[in-house]
Amino acid sequence: MTEARTRSSHYLLLWLLLAPALLWLFGLIVLPHLDLALLSFRERTGPGEYVFGLEQYRTFFAEPLYWDVFVRTAVVSLVATALTLLLAFPIAWTIAKLTRGRLSALLFAVCLIPFWVSETVRTLGWMILLRETGVLPGLLVTLGLTDAPVEMLYHDATILVGLVYTSLLFMVVPLYGSLESLDDSLIEAAYDLGGNGWTVLRTVVIPHALPGITAGCIVVFMLTLGNYLTASLLGGKNSLWFTEQIYTQFITRFNWEQGAAFGFLLLALSSVMVWIGLRLSGQRFADVMSRT
Amino acid sequence: MAETPDQDLEAKALLKRFGSHTAVDSLSFSVRRGSFFSILGPSGCGKTTLLRMIAGFIEPDSGDIDIGGRSMRGVPPNRRPVNMVFQQLALFPMMSVGENVSYGLARRGVPRTERERKAEAMLERVGLPGSARKRVDELSGGQRQRVAIARSLVLEPTLLLLDEPLGALDLKLRERMKIELKQLQAAFGTTFVYITHDQSEALVLSDQVAVMNNGRFEQVGTPQELYYSPATPFVAGFVGANNRIDGRVSALHGESADVTTAEGWTVRAQRHDALAAGDAATAFVRPEVAVLGRSVEELAMPAESAVHQGVVESLLFDGANSAVLLRESRTRAEFRVALPQTGRFADLKVGETVMFSFAPERAVCFAAGARHG
Amino acid sequence: MIPSLPRPWWLRLATVLFVLAFLLFLFMPLATVAAFAFNDAPYPAPPWQGFTLDWFIGNESLGRTGLFRDEELLGSILTSLFVASWVTLLSIVIGTTNAFLMERMRFRGQSLLSLLMLVPLVIPGVILGISILAFASRVADLLGDLFGWEVEFLRPGLPLVVLGQVSYLIAIATLTISARLKRFDRTLEEAAYNLGASRLAVLGTITLPYLRPALIGSAAIVFLMSFENFNTTLMLVGADSPLTVMMYGRMRDGATPVLNAVSVFLMVASAALALLLMRGDDRRRN
Repeated sequence: MTEARTRSSHYLLLWLLLAPALLWLFGLIVLPHLDLALLSFRERTGPGEYVFGLEQYRTFFAEPLYWDVFVRTAVVSLVATALTLLLAFPIAWTIAKLTRGRLSALLFAVCLIPFWVSETVRTLGWMILLRETGVLPGLLVTLGLTDAPVEMLYHDATILVGLVYTSLLFMVVPLYGSLESLDDSLIEAAYDLGGNGWTVLRTVVIPHALPGITAGCIVVFMLTLGNYLTASLLGGKNSLWFTEQIYTQFITRFNWEQGAAFGFLLLALSSVMVWIGLRLSGQRFADVMSRT
Repeated sequence: MAETPDQDLEAKALLKRFGSHTAVDSLSFSVRRGSFFSILGPSGCGKTTLLRMIAGFIEPDSGDIDIGGRSMRGVPPNRRPVNMVFQQLALFPMMSVGENVSYGLARRGVPRTERERKAEAMLERVGLPGSARKRVDELSGGQRQRVAIARSLVLEPTLLLLDEPLGALDLKLRERMKIELKQLQAAFGTTFVYITHDQSEALVLSDQVAVMNNGRFEQVGTPQELYYSPATPFVAGFVGANNRIDGRVSALHGESADVTTAEGWTVRAQRHDALAAGDAATAFVRPEVAVLGRSVEELAMPAESAVHQGVVESLLFDGANSAVLLRESRTRAEFRVALPQTGRFADLKVGETVMFSFAPERAVCFAAGARHG
Repeated sequence: MIPSLPRPWWLRLATVLFVLAFLLFLFMPLATVAAFAFNDAPYPAPPWQGFTLDWFIGNESLGRTGLFRDEELLGSILTSLFVASWVTLLSIVIGTTNAFLMERMRFRGQSLLSLLMLVPLVIPGVILGISILAFASRVADLLGDLFGWEVEFLRPGLPLVVLGQVSYLIAIATLTISARLKRFDRTLEEAAYNLGASRLAVLGTITLPYLRPALIGSAAIVFLMSFENFNTTLMLVGADSPLTVMMYGRMRDGATPVLNAVSVFLMVASAALALLLMRGDDRRRN
């Protein structure tokens, strides 16, 4: 094998491996998103005639409905992320630190089981539980807490429950990973040096778990922001979730230019929030993503 | 191509540079068929690079390697008649012991039944009969070692390369495996090329040792030659324990020279290099060469021998290797003397003043800063 | 906080109660869905009317179409399986080549590329869907205008659904497989090479067997995520609906317990897949 031949075979291999990666990233991610951006800056002036312009974005800011839905989606997603973190942290802590061996493994597996089943099925469960003729309103009447069955679907709180439920897995797994790697003796040392529960949590546990917390929050926020199924089914026809606006523009009204602009706004929102999350926690994107 | 029937390995002006660093510097040497050849050197001396060039994982910048009289230029590692025992052994964890041993045979297309028979026979020869079905992680460190060797030897290579295979073992096991390795080599008669930074391994195991430093061989010889007649200061310092005394030549006495330190302590040692009065020089005296006594008479040295006086700094008890660390009374220079096995100095105390002396012809001095090798 | 430190009894009790409440929250929706698959009533709602298998096997006298007679629903399961198989195949193959590319090759722009590979994971699925939809349509229009070709697979339909799902699932496969390849001890490859194996044999007998758990594991995850995917699929779907889209449509229109029956079927299938994977894990360990 001569030097030249090994070099040329090395380049051949490099290109063979690069080809699928580039095809994927450019064909399915980069070019489609550039195209989407171009689409969003297009104004229709007549049948089949378009000019470059900001019309789509003007519409978004001019029409209060769009703007309201956008802000609402962002706020509800943030609240859902915070709630998911609050709920998932004690569970991850219990699995990682309070239980040992088989019990810990079992608990972890049990927490993952619901997510082996489709989101559609889980949402169906919540619908049966919460709707006016459903299980929980019936139960409340039986218990004498309400006189007549109440409609528990189609509230903001319902959407929150559904979103938190659907996001739990994506929070528990990175949290568990980062708490598991925390050495017990660090906590013991912190206590030994005079710390108490709260200070140890603040000064030892949370700094150590920060990459996991960041990873969980970023993914959960992104997923809730982009959620369509839970929001539209549990929120009913008037749930006013931003992804529904995108769907309406794209599929129902066939107004792709407007839909593309909405899509880009959502993407911008999600990117900005991811960026802020990384900034606040001082983490690097690649490190965080490798934990999810 | 010249036939060299009694050489299994011949390196001709091998050169390898990494950037500006020369890892292997125009090295030429040969290894006799059936011998145990060690390359001894500190980490970073280029011995690993040399071994990997022989195995074919690194291409030399220039020079050639002949194995079994055949040039290895352009021959990839999988076609060389050379097998290697890796530092961490590199046994395949997803395969059984038997599959590990027959792996190379399978690659040669040997049919399964013959493969299994050969693997079993080889395992028996290395003292692991009936363990073909075991998993690798069921074996002890020493057993794994033998599997790694069996895996290579079953291919009947011209040359077996061993890359510090004992490094990962604990001390006790390392001592035992040294003996085992030597016995295995004798039993198989295969040429072993062994690299290590541990001088005791090299001395115990080898027929020939090459001491390597900065990409060159400082000296090649039998363990006895290296120990008793080091060719360079580096070899004298690296192989075995040695007292090192730096100074200048103050007088010449035939074959010997007096070396006087900056503090004014003078020792006499046999000259290795041509030295003139005033030259910077380094003398080496082995701890076991010096004798110890509470009086001049007890030293029982010839009358003309120089007698030195020292204060016991610390006692280094280590069974048969026990020694005492002295400070020469006037200059406070450190000097190590081996304690005799008789237990005569068992009552020696720190702070005690003792006499010591050595025969100049059993010590050696080199010109300082000269290059050898 | 941790077992080695003293914890008051009320904290321990609170922990246990919290975990139990959490598990109730986790399993209530699933248990409800499963229970109403067997309720002898036309709608999945209380009260309990008695046990029936009508929603699986059908009952013509009551006009109930059971799951096993519901051609439309069964067809959508097949569609989902078809999509998931292609998605898994593509994701694992490209995920593996990506892992080798990132772990074994050194080239300019590599760190940029590795960052780019993570980006699909933070793009909402709906947006992946619409961008691919718009781009594919534009390419199809272009090909039509330039050459007069009618490229059917670039219009909404299953091929586009496969591409949409693959666009982010490759990233997941790449991460999992790279993580294992990174831990691989390369001297094993050198040892095999030294024992006479060709480059191809080294790959086949050493490297790929080592990667096997990651390949199987990520294949299972990708398959499952493809089967469950809704957001991206909804934007790209054509005439044939995969199961999630089909179920969604029926849920909006008021569901019959057939959907509960499908759900039970999905739970059983997922459990079987999970058990199979764990069995495989155990076998390797013993």
